[in-house]
Amino acid sequence: MMQVHLRYFASIREALGCGSESWQTVALTVGALRAELLERGEAYDCLAADKPVRMALNQEMCQPSDALTPGCEVGFFPPVTGG
Amino acid sequence: MFERVSIQTEDFNLAQEIDRLRLSDPRVGAVCSFLGTVRDTRALTGQAQDEVKSMALEHYPGMTEKSIEAMIDAAHQRFDFYQARVIHRVGELAPTDQIVMVAVTSAHRGESFKACEFLMDYLKTQAPFWKKEHTPQGAQWVDARVSDDEAAARWGLPTHRTAV
Repeated sequence: MMQVHLRYFASIREALGCGSESWQTVALTVGALRAELLERGEAYDCLAADKPVRMALNQEMCQPSDALTPGCEVGFFPPVTGG
Repeated sequence: MFERVSIQTEDFNLAQEIDRLRLSDPRVGAVCSFLGTVRDTRALTGQAQDEVKSMALEHYPGMTEKSIEAMIDAAHQRFDFYQARVIHRVGELAPTDQIVMVAVTSAHRGESFKACEFLMDYLKTQAPFWKKEHTPQGAQWVDARVSDDEAAARWGLPTHRTAV
């Protein structure tokens, strides 16, 4: 188990009703963490595999295969729409 | 060296930013800038339901600044320009308000034109900002545009489609 810090933004933050939380995970990668969160209940359907979710590891865009490290920050959010 | 990136709720003055860039560096012979503003879609379509009453801009504090700093570094690897300045507003904005500015200085126009477009294409697809429009139907998150991904792909930038 390792502790990770989760950050949620935009429509995902609204669906979950929170912007950040600490989480104990058994996942080793960002993709596995996303799958693990899906098991937590209906609200987490916003992270389902068929949804266009983007992920950041320690505030850099990442891939599902990227490895988690203790205390890392993982952000989940929809495709960006700034500019 | 001036501050390169600002994320702020306050408005900005593009002319003042350009003056600061050009007056501090006599090598500058060209300044290219882009200004993005809040569009009321009703004014385009004439349809009442398309009205944008206001817009809320959310971002990922920390990551936003880092990603734009990284994109300016990436631009310096590709183009021969002197300085770039990026200001992006967050919070509540109204139609016609300024959202974002990019200004780039170079010796000749070609490099600053290219760097400015590169920076905006990068920002549109990589920088963690999200727009929510307040319309007569309620508040709606703006969908990402495929054309923005295509513009970024021209420069060989990742579009993160594989991370679905």
